[in-house]
Amino acid sequence: MNIVQVKEVKKTYIQGKVEVYALRGVSLDIKKGGFAALAGPSGSGKTTLLNIIGGLDLPDSGDVAVDGSSFSGMSQADLAKMRLNKIGFVFQAYNLIPVLSAVENVEFVMLLQGLDKVERRQRAKDVLDDVGLEGKYDRRPAELSGGQQQRVAVARAIVSNPSIVLADEPTANLDSKTGNGLLEMMKEMNEKKSVTFIFSTHDDMVMDYARRLVQIRDGEIADDIVK
Amino acid sequence: MPIDITMAWRNIWRNPRRTLLTVAAIGFASTALVFMLSFQFGVYDTMINSSVNIHAGHLQIQAKGYKEKMAMRYAVADPVRMGNLLNGIDDVKSYTYRAEGFSMLSSSDRTYGVLVTGIDPDKEKQVSTIKSLVRKGEYLSSSNAYEALVGSLLAANLKVGIGDEITILGQAKDGSVAASVVTVKGIFTSGIDEFDRSTVQIPLKTFQEVYSMDGAVHRVVVVCKSLKSVSMVKAALAEDISGIDEKYELKVFDWMEIMPGLLQSIQMDLISGFIMYIILVIVVAFSILNTFLMAVFERTREFGVLMAIGAEPGRIMKLLLIESITMTSIGIFLGMALGSVFSLYFQKHGIDFTGASEIMNQMGISGLMYPKLTLLSLFTGPMAVLFITSVAALYPALKVKSLRPVEAISYN
Ligand SMILES: Nc1ncnc2c1ncn2[C@@H]1O[C@H](COP(=O)(O)OP(=O)(O)O)[C@@H](O)[C@H]1O
Ligand SMILES: [Mg+2]
Repeated sequence: MNIVQVKEVKKTYIQGKVEVYALRGVSLDIKKGGFAALAGPSGSGKTTLLNIIGGLDLPDSGDVAVDGSSFSGMSQADLAKMRLNKIGFVFQAYNLIPVLSAVENVEFVMLLQGLDKVERRQRAKDVLDDVGLEGKYDRRPAELSGGQQQRVAVARAIVSNPSIVLADEPTANLDSKTGNGLLEMMKEMNEKKSVTFIFSTHDDMVMDYARRLVQIRDGEIADDIVK
Repeated sequence: MPIDITMAWRNIWRNPRRTLLTVAAIGFASTALVFMLSFQFGVYDTMINSSVNIHAGHLQIQAKGYKEKMAMRYAVADPVRMGNLLNGIDDVKSYTYRAEGFSMLSSSDRTYGVLVTGIDPDKEKQVSTIKSLVRKGEYLSSSNAYEALVGSLLAANLKVGIGDEITILGQAKDGSVAASVVTVKGIFTSGIDEFDRSTVQIPLKTFQEVYSMDGAVHRVVVVCKSLKSVSMVKAALAEDISGIDEKYELKVFDWMEIMPGLLQSIQMDLISGFIMYIILVIVVAFSILNTFLMAVFERTREFGVLMAIGAEPGRIMKLLLIESITMTSIGIFLGMALGSVFSLYFQKHGIDFTGASEIMNQMGISGLMYPKLTLLSLFTGPMAVLFITSVAALYPALKVKSLRPVEAISYN
């Protein structure tokens, strides 16, 4: 079953007076339970594609559907609700709300979903345990290392069992050992809890973890390998 | 505690210095507003009281037309009847009768045209403070002697002292010539120059005889138990006298109508005060606007993350508004507390205005002045600050509302 369907998506930016073709017609299906990497050099369109899949941005043409619901015609409020319930995000850095502790950051999503406090707290702690942060619940982001912060971000992204987690270069700000550790953990979540991940990277080491490797060049899919 | 409030509180203290400065600005403005308004109200009370107490009273009954033309014939024919009415009104503290006539006043050296006033010494001293302001000689003793109480500046102008004679020459109520000679019994200084330059008082009986008043007076001057009861007494009195059939219809005037100049100078002062206050409030508004715009710029990425995980902009806006309201409230609360403390302190101990300017003296401002903390002076300024800072905080909050998630997330 395809949890994400991307059809003929195009996106153009105007930079000064020049038109930049960020996506030139991308079509892509991601299966439930997948662990896919978007690979490509800087400027190839990875972030643009992930933002569009996540409903943060809208394509100029083409269509995206997550878990069967198409984005076209959705209002900003609909998109927000969609992101809340079906999509998890991990960004390259500064993912967390600085004034909230690790556990509060993870809880926040469930708070927005209207879950009650006891359940929220318990699930948040469980997920933090899963990503290897037991005992660090009450640390603020500033008191955590970069790798730990990204783990909190992953925990927050997966805590409400979304259809898909989108991670845009999650390891780019980490040293390779920490980065590999993060990917190991993500893969474990994928295998144990069947969380679907799409992550972007331009690092060959990171690509090795993927079970599917989608190569992007100049806003187009250049290669798509299922390993 | 709800997470929004926890977040707001922690966010407020993310940049303690900026927060403290903003709170201090709001607090300072509120303190200043409470104190300055209390001070103004205190000064107005003093101004009103000193004018009321020296001469004008809170209310006056006059024949219709007298206030405008001040002609002898517009008189209250039966003052005793008025006195009986006034005895029956609870909030009336005291009252007196006066009759007046423009006359030539001559000493052996000089001649001046002034308004001669006939007063009932016994009643007058319950209404007016002049008795206590006599600096030389004595207050008028009986109501039918040929003696005069003279303002110090007028005495100087006429070059008269205690025991000197003054010749009065005017026109009586019946149109005949009114002429008499009185002896200077006392000289007073009220501190209000205009009054000290133009006042000469003689006993009422003497006046009525000299000016052929036939028992009539021009003003029945009433002092109420407090400034607050004035409008009530006025209404009661107006009703009481409406049925009385005298030659000239009788009217009641309050101090604002009797001394329009006083009311005007209070209004002028209030307006110039308000202009200053508005400037102060606007400065504070800009300071909070700056604080929140900075916060929004600095935290745009964070808002982007919040939106990415599914928070709607309205939620973020609410968060920002809680932050601004919390900050503003702390400042306003501190300001009201400090402003009250200052006002109450000086309300007890007074602020020394001895040696204040001539103009202030003329308005009755001299010596110790006392602020007067009222609900109005406590709340007006701070509520204006609250209102304007809320409006100022709304702008950055609305900016967040129109923020697009991608723009926010890629903002740096
Ligand atoms: N907001 C934007 N305004 C203008 N150009 C943009 C914007 N975002 C991305 N681009 C351009 O679109 C292209 C793709 O960018 P991006 O998706 O960020 O690539 P990647 O994530 O692979 O580095 C680049 O040429 C980039 O300069
Ligand atoms: Mg990118």
